[in-house]
Amino acid sequence: MQTDIIDLTAEMARLTAGRIDIGGIGSFVGVVRDTASGRRIASMTLEHYPGMTENALAEIADGAMQRWELQGCTLVHRVGELQPGEMIVLVLTASPHRNAALEACAYLIDWLKTRAPFWKKERFEDGSEAWVDARESDDLAAARWGALG
Amino acid sequence: MKILYFAWLRERVGRGQEDIELPAGVTNLGELIVHLTALSPGHASAFAQGKLVRAAVNQVFADPSTPVAASDEVAFFPPVTGG
Repeated sequence: MQTDIIDLTAEMARLTAGRIDIGGIGSFVGVVRDTASGRRIASMTLEHYPGMTENALAEIADGAMQRWELQGCTLVHRVGELQPGEMIVLVLTASPHRNAALEACAYLIDWLKTRAPFWKKERFEDGSEAWVDARESDDLAAARWGALG
Repeated sequence: MKILYFAWLRERVGRGQEDIELPAGVTNLGELIVHLTALSPGHASAFAQGKLVRAAVNQVFADPSTPVAASDEVAFFPPVTGG
């Protein structure tokens, strides 16, 4: 978790430092959209549960590391106030083979969206605010992987 | 017992954390919710939409049958919306 802007280049360098055996890196970058339900968003604020968030992300990462042949993975999530267009989440997966990297990346973001204790609040251009509702489609996306781990 | 609230549950209760005396007879999460709901109108409002309330005991997802003890950290929050 960090309040700073996500530095994609720095995270890639950290994941691959000292290694030349990596065949591919899968990536997912989540970005704050400027509209929700047809309304313009001025900013988004991310709240989380310190302590449980770290545990949940470690559990999700362990699940991916056990299931696929990964040489490493990265999960970075912004908290605090974000502006439209900014990166909110970054998932990186390093593997000798692309299928493992891409599938593990999808697994990580699907479980992060349903098991990691983050909550989004949107502030609209008229000054009103609303908590974002969870989506059933996210639960279904995670369920296709079976149990976590 | 340490109780934490997040997102709109925190806003409705009016605070993010409180310490309560665990009453005799409250042994699981479901019974704890019944007790907390009666504490104030804010608590009642927070727990009114029961289907939208999730919980964790000692930072692990829990359900109404999960046992609770005075030394536990219990958190209440809406379904998560990260990513």
